[in-house]
Amino acid sequence: MDVLDRLENESIRIIREAVAQAERPAMLYSIGKDSSVMLHLALKAFYPMKPPLPLVHVDTTWKFREMIAFRDETVAQLGLELVTYTNMEGVAQGVSPFTHGSKVYTDIMKTGALRMALDMFRFDMVFGGARRDEEKSRAKERVFSFRDVGHRWEPRGQRPEIWAIPNLRKGRDESFRVFPLSNWTELDVWRYIERESIPVVPLYFAAPRPVVLRDGQLLLLDDERLKLMPGEQAETRMIRFRTLGCYPLTAGVESRAATVAEVIAELEAADTSERCGRLIDFDQAGSMEMKKREGYF
Amino acid sequence: MSGEVLKFLTCGSVDDGKSTLIGHLLYLTGNIPIDQIQTLEAESARIGSVGSGRDYSLLLDGLLAEREQGITIDVAYRYFTAAGRKFIVADTPGHLQYTRNMATGASQCTAALILVDVQQGILPQTRRHALICALMGISRILFVVNKMDRVDWDQAAYLRVEKEINLLVEDLQLFSRRVAIAASIPVSALKGDNLVEHSANTPWYGGPTLLQWLATVQPESWRETAPLRFPVQYVIKGQRGGDSWQSDVPEGLKNGPGGTFRAYAGMVVSGSVACGDELVALPSGVRLQVATLLAGGTEVDCAVPGGAVAMTLTGEHDIVRGDLLAPAMARPEVADQFKVRLIWMEDAPLFAGRQYEFHGVAGVAKADIVRLRNRIEPESFRRLAADTLHKNDIAEAELHLSRPIPFDAFEFNQETGAFILVDRLTNATACCGMILHSLRRAENVHWQAETVDRQARAGIKGHTPRVIWFTGLSGSGKSTIANALESRLNSMGRHTMLLDGDNIRHGLNRDLGFTEADRIENIRRIGEVAKLMTDAGLIVITAFISPFRAERDLVRAMFPEIEFIEVFVDTPLAACEQRDPKGLYKKARAGEIPNFTGINSPYEAPLKPEIVVDTITVPLEESVEQIMRFLAEG
Ligand SMILES: Nc1nc2c(ncn2[C@@H]2O[C@H](COP(=O)(O)OP(=O)(O)O)[C@@H](O)[C@H]2O)c(=O)[nH]1
Repeated sequence: MDVLDRLENESIRIIREAVAQAERPAMLYSIGKDSSVMLHLALKAFYPMKPPLPLVHVDTTWKFREMIAFRDETVAQLGLELVTYTNMEGVAQGVSPFTHGSKVYTDIMKTGALRMALDMFRFDMVFGGARRDEEKSRAKERVFSFRDVGHRWEPRGQRPEIWAIPNLRKGRDESFRVFPLSNWTELDVWRYIERESIPVVPLYFAAPRPVVLRDGQLLLLDDERLKLMPGEQAETRMIRFRTLGCYPLTAGVESRAATVAEVIAELEAADTSERCGRLIDFDQAGSMEMKKREGYF
Repeated sequence: MSGEVLKFLTCGSVDDGKSTLIGHLLYLTGNIPIDQIQTLEAESARIGSVGSGRDYSLLLDGLLAEREQGITIDVAYRYFTAAGRKFIVADTPGHLQYTRNMATGASQCTAALILVDVQQGILPQTRRHALICALMGISRILFVVNKMDRVDWDQAAYLRVEKEINLLVEDLQLFSRRVAIAASIPVSALKGDNLVEHSANTPWYGGPTLLQWLATVQPESWRETAPLRFPVQYVIKGQRGGDSWQSDVPEGLKNGPGGTFRAYAGMVVSGSVACGDELVALPSGVRLQVATLLAGGTEVDCAVPGGAVAMTLTGEHDIVRGDLLAPAMARPEVADQFKVRLIWMEDAPLFAGRQYEFHGVAGVAKADIVRLRNRIEPESFRRLAADTLHKNDIAEAELHLSRPIPFDAFEFNQETGAFILVDRLTNATACCGMILHSLRRAENVHWQAETVDRQARAGIKGHTPRVIWFTGLSGSGKSTIANALESRLNSMGRHTMLLDGDNIRHGLNRDLGFTEADRIENIRRIGEVAKLMTDAGLIVITAFISPFRAERDLVRAMFPEIEFIEVFVDTPLAACEQRDPKGLYKKARAGEIPNFTGINSPYEAPLKPEIVVDTITVPLEESVEQIMRFLAEG
């Protein structure tokens, strides 16, 4: 058994365990490469049956257009149930990354919306595709991560997690986030995508795309809502994305890697970390931890 | 890259340099991306603890509180590749109060680096961590003697610590036969000596560098050598006509017996299984045969250890989650009573008699810790008597389950021999445990060479022996409450004994009258009897007027502090006299009874009773509840 086999088996075991003990499981499907891998693992875990859970997508309305198209195609092809949720109040108030800054925007359109969606459907066991190698506070999180009634993570009092025997007892309205990919690295994810031929959003592969250089970051001109500021210029560059989020908050990197194999080769030679294209991680020290404590995934 | 991933942890006492070691190792092996090195340098200057250099520990401590306080609270996992091997390292906290997080890390690992500060030597926390590693089945241990730069690379200093390490390893082997490979190495986590390359500062050290050790150590292969164990995790079910089939499923697969599809999903936690194998399901013992094996969407002929597969069976069977499938010839034991080792994790102590929930790979059951055999004291590894357990204590105990479950001794199988106990009231993980062996009934009666003391006797009762001493005027309600309390305790399976006028005055104390001297002697004897009964492990309830403070205090002094509970039934004289259930007050008033308490003999109310009961405004059941609550908290 090689490294990928071991990771795959471990993740399938986690997924089955969580579903076996859940009342209302759900999978947070963010359309990124990690979600694609997680979904692929869930299909394997319950083969030949469909995974007994809906996919949940929190739509901030600011996702890349290609992501939404990919989502709808995937769900239709696999015949899965999809629950999308948008914080309509935030939309009505015109909350956007441009007007409110990344922190307020994320609080309302992502964290807030996620909490509302989970409360509305009363999901008690929610899968997420986060990996521990992404960020320092994630490196600390359990695979089965307890959340209180307000969906908050309490990093100082996490439940012990011993062997493969999780303690999933909980009170009313408490829940768990479950991270089957905890022990995968970015490279593992790509090697697995290659081995299993898992479809991913084309934005991960380099192509000439219309961009603007803002604060040293390359932002994709995905729709007309991104307005050029005085002195800025639209240009076309060969870029790809290492992670996918909301397009005004996710910077592309210049790259020639147009296939999975080329992406892997690029990563093997890379010397920067994955989330450095994620603008929301930098708005304050320990910002990911703060967000998670407030109920962000 | 193929082959085994090495999962290892770093542990040891606070400030021995765990985070620095791992941070530096990651750096030296090229596992820190440039943007993180830049962040590190900025942060080192701002909040680092090493002056001008890089503070590598900042690469690991990820929580805000950790960075502010400069300590590690929870285990952090890092992933890296070096020397052609893939590693997962769990950097665990050194503080005593976060031991459970260290244990969490240890439970996921097959090798351990235990750090020792060369200037401090082996500390109590080092021993505790080493013991936890050994108990949790880690057999590959490297003692990393750190901060060698502080002693100018003095070989003698290193050898002194190494001697302590060798003694510790001998001690560890008493608890785990598996601690086979234990070595030590002198390093400087801060300066990097002997981490990746041999240091010129330690020409006298001939062993491998830290990285060489990590790259070559072979984790134990118990999964391969142990017999097949397949705990059923989930039953995959489908109806032929339904639309819950995945899109690419061949028709052949959908046509199970009776038009339904059933597959039993789980991980082959040890051994291997092939199509056609005959197995038994435990605890039922039902025999069955494997028809097909599915790894994801692929049919395979056999599944190896660590494979998460699903199997279909020939014929129809009633198999459920928690059943353990195994070869008939090498089946696990099935039992409901065990001798176990526990590492207590919950903030609340072990409550004798509290019910816990047992969770293992082979199912869930209600659990009682019926007897604490001992507590293992980490500083000496001695087994001490214990009547409760506090957070981070390590102990041996007897565990009874509400139903038999299949298991193997932890020594032979770290999956089917492991469990956690969950506190059913708080949902917290109370402890993790390792099964040593089952207890058959005969073994229960024959304890090995341990002297039977009052703790041992109380142990089989599963509760703390107590005296609940009621005092109050005649007619105040002592007997009524005492009786109600006793039947309440009895219904919970507590072993009780009620002492009152009926069974004492007519036998043991029939030679005593009601003079002041006799009344004192009466109480003294009752105290002695109660003492013997608590030594026997009982909960003793007494209901005597016991009017004199001095005598009650004399009795109190015969017991350990928490065992004597004085309950003052505070019913005013007027109310007692009005109730007068036996007509005694009337007689006393008429001068027919000499020395009657309250009338012509004094009653001295307790100054500091544990409990005061009000029988005028509070109903009986509530008074009983009040006492029960006190017992549970005490
Ligand atoms: N001189 C010296 N100091 C060290 C060495 N390793 C760690 N330290 C210092 O010891 C302190 C504790 O280190 P840290 O890695 O946070 O310890 P942890 O609590 O075990 O993770 C820090 O101030 C380190 O800089 C070493 O090899 N030599």
